[in-house]
Amino acid sequence: MTADAGTLVAAAASLRGESLWRAAAGRFAANRAAMAGVLILVLITAFAFIAPLVSPHEMETNDWERIQIAPTAEQAHWFGTDANGRDLFVRVAAGARVSLAIGLITTLVAVLIGVLYGAVAGYVGGRTDQVMMRIVDVLYALPLFFAIIILVTVFGRNIFLVFLAIGAVEWLTIARIVRGQTLAAKQTEYVEAARSLGAPATRIILRHIVPNVVGPVIVFSTLLVPTVILVESFLSFLGLGVQEPQTSWGLLISQGTAALDSAPWLLVIPASFLAATMFAFNFIGDGLRDALDPRDEA
Amino acid sequence: MLRFVASRVGVLLPTLFVIVTLSFFLMRVAPGGPFDADAQLEPEILENLRASYDLDRPVIAQFGLYLGNLARGDLGPSISFKDYTVSELIAIGLPVSLQLGLTALLLATLAGVPLGILAAANQNRWLDHAIGTLAMTGIAVPSLITAPLLTLVFGVTLKVLPVAGWGDGAWENRVLPLTALVLPQLAIIARLSRGSFLDVRRQNFIRAARARGLPEWRVVLVHALKPTLVPLVSYLAPAVAGVMTGSIVIEQIFGLPGVGRYFIQGALSRDYPLVMGVVIVYASAVLVMNLLADLAYAALDPRIRRGFSAGSAA
Amino acid sequence: MSAAPPILSVRDLSVRFATRRGSVEAVRGVSFEVAAGRSLGLVGESGSGKSQTCYAIMGLMPGNATVGGSARLEGEQLVGATRARLDALRGRRMGLVFQDPMTALTPHMTVGAQLCEILAYHEGAGSAEARRRALEIMERVRITDPERRFEMYPFELSGGMRQRIVIATALVLRPALLIADEPTTALDVTVQAEVLRTFRAVVEHTGTSLVLVTHDLGVVAGACDEVAVMYAGRIVERAATADLFHAPAHPYTRALLACRPRLDDPPVARLRTIEGQPPSLAGREDDGCAFAPRCGFAQAACHSQRPALLTRRAADGTTREVACHLDAPP
Repeated sequence: MTADAGTLVAAAASLRGESLWRAAAGRFAANRAAMAGVLILVLITAFAFIAPLVSPHEMETNDWERIQIAPTAEQAHWFGTDANGRDLFVRVAAGARVSLAIGLITTLVAVLIGVLYGAVAGYVGGRTDQVMMRIVDVLYALPLFFAIIILVTVFGRNIFLVFLAIGAVEWLTIARIVRGQTLAAKQTEYVEAARSLGAPATRIILRHIVPNVVGPVIVFSTLLVPTVILVESFLSFLGLGVQEPQTSWGLLISQGTAALDSAPWLLVIPASFLAATMFAFNFIGDGLRDALDPRDEA
Repeated sequence: MLRFVASRVGVLLPTLFVIVTLSFFLMRVAPGGPFDADAQLEPEILENLRASYDLDRPVIAQFGLYLGNLARGDLGPSISFKDYTVSELIAIGLPVSLQLGLTALLLATLAGVPLGILAAANQNRWLDHAIGTLAMTGIAVPSLITAPLLTLVFGVTLKVLPVAGWGDGAWENRVLPLTALVLPQLAIIARLSRGSFLDVRRQNFIRAARARGLPEWRVVLVHALKPTLVPLVSYLAPAVAGVMTGSIVIEQIFGLPGVGRYFIQGALSRDYPLVMGVVIVYASAVLVMNLLADLAYAALDPRIRRGFSAGSAA
Repeated sequence: MSAAPPILSVRDLSVRFATRRGSVEAVRGVSFEVAAGRSLGLVGESGSGKSQTCYAIMGLMPGNATVGGSARLEGEQLVGATRARLDALRGRRMGLVFQDPMTALTPHMTVGAQLCEILAYHEGAGSAEARRRALEIMERVRITDPERRFEMYPFELSGGMRQRIVIATALVLRPALLIADEPTTALDVTVQAEVLRTFRAVVEHTGTSLVLVTHDLGVVAGACDEVAVMYAGRIVERAATADLFHAPAHPYTRALLACRPRLDDPPVARLRTIEGQPPSLAGREDDGCAFAPRCGFAQAACHSQRPALLTRRAADGTTREVACHLDAPP
């Protein structure tokens, strides 16, 4: 996804004015795959919160009489149970809540840090900007996954640290984007005019720079959420992420892999949910790209 | 050209140094340590244990020791694998991981580029859509889903391939891990190639080549291919990072004796030297790949070879 | 005209593009002929369809274009010809000089290699012979120090040099017809004249027929025997160059010529322009003459009936083709 992120963000950055956004929104709405993606996300989110209300089971309850049974309507074990007799239906929903929460909160954290950092670097400019960006360049060289594993090695396995670890690495790209946008906006004529008229810095930032930055940031954030969910899934799968008693899709898939030959549904069901979520985000990402940068491929 | 290469190396070595330093200090400074699990030991024995790993010295001194050893190629003893040094562990695991990773990259490129160009040549027809859908699947579905699913289908249900194990590199053992590792990269490379080829085909010099009466196969192979490959070279470094990440998971799932497995083990048991060692190996791999990428740029683009002397003659 | 058949014979050529916003008709029924060794200038503003006419003749249209009508090169029909047939003709019987030398040469091949490729592929020339002939044509287009330049990549050459190479690639096989799409427009003004001179010299030397597309009347004046003026996808006037400049018949031609600033104009006078915009080529066409909305001499008939391109004999004995309802230049 990152290979396309650059073009996507650049396209978003070149849009000015409301009418262009509206045209883009129109194109997005017309894109069936993208709208299907949105629908899938809505359905999964609904499932995540409604499932525990619908099912009589709890996440942690062990039903020792019904260990590893296949999906069945009996006793409302619609997705079956795992090796400890725990109902998969509510666990998948719990995993959904965790994965989505991590995705959203971490993205929020990364965006906040990135926007602040990038805005300061871009607005202040000069030496400060150089230094700040040099730091970003160096940190960028370390592959995401390794930074996270190092952080996990350091701080142990703690769900909040998973948030922090991922957020601590992802803010880099946002900082770069925001700084670029800030620099570009700073040099536009209307900012110069505002400054020459004596407008205070905060006013300039709020009214001129922020609107230009918001677009690309929103677009990138949409691409960031699935990346975060994926990284968390990988970590949890390896045992470095979410720990019992909590659960996540990655953890469920890991448990399902262990029971591959005896209870394949334990793998297939959580994997399908994760795959569906990823597909949805991909369709949405593609839809955004086509909406913002349509190519007449006639 | 030599200067160009040297300058790229010059930028990356300090980066490696920073990574090593950061990792080192992070691990030392954080609360807890590698012997937390052995808390039942008497304080004296614990002290001796720590001293034997130099953990009782001030952190700066530890760092100095580490760098000194590093310069001599000594990565220190592993804390979790008690009878092995880190170098030994890496020596065991590296060949497996290298074979897996390099083969995966090669396959992904050899298959991905033609697929992408094929899709572009049949733009918006069924072949393009078919390849596009395959690519979308490869990108959206992560290896932690494809690997177990493939194992379920081919290993458990159909029973044609082994479920796990390296089997000393027998080809049956490689098929599933390689497939899971290759798919995401294949998808991305196919997509990139398609987009790049479409861009190149639109260019004026392609039309000019046709205007000279050259047949399409020649236009594609001689005139369009090299510029098409340029964005792919940019992807090389992220591709390596992706394969490395993927191989960690793949080795875990299939129980392959590669470096990734030691990495996870080291992280779980807070085996600092082991984690450091693996980080250095991986970071060096990225370094080498960046260098190769820059060399590839030079091979593809004469402007870099000749040093940008644009418009010199009149 | 001469008794020998024309090298290029275009009849009712039309080009239509299918786009998201509907159908765009860039060329609407263009007809002309070019005899052996003669040169025709195709003049018009941007969007008049002159470039598209050339690409249609060469068969270099994008996928969403439909070409209608007829274009015959030495009697052979080009419209609808197979790719294989077109490949055999392109380069060998007809050549194309592109507008922008920056982008018309493959950036990662030396200019020598690009020339040799044409020779090797079309005439099976061995590497030694190809190199010899390539150097020969490079000399002919007045590239100094050709041996050294042979090994250079396009980015290492100046704009003027590059355009000479482009001209060389078009002429190396001595085609019967050369089409040049604004060959000097992208060059610096100081270089333009020089390249144009070279261009004319080579064309004359090889006896190639020439179709020269340009928006620059000055270029046409110096390089072409005949001129055809295009407007909104059609030819509105065609005449011998001297006749056209001396006594333009079509109001658009007159307006174009009047727009040129002259050295003897009073210094503070405003530059003359033609009021209005050319019509959109998308969608259905209005009835009547396309230029009527902007024409100073438009009458009722001009708005309702499109004038056909008809041969007209002038008082001084010259003949020309004009598409205008007015009988004589007012």
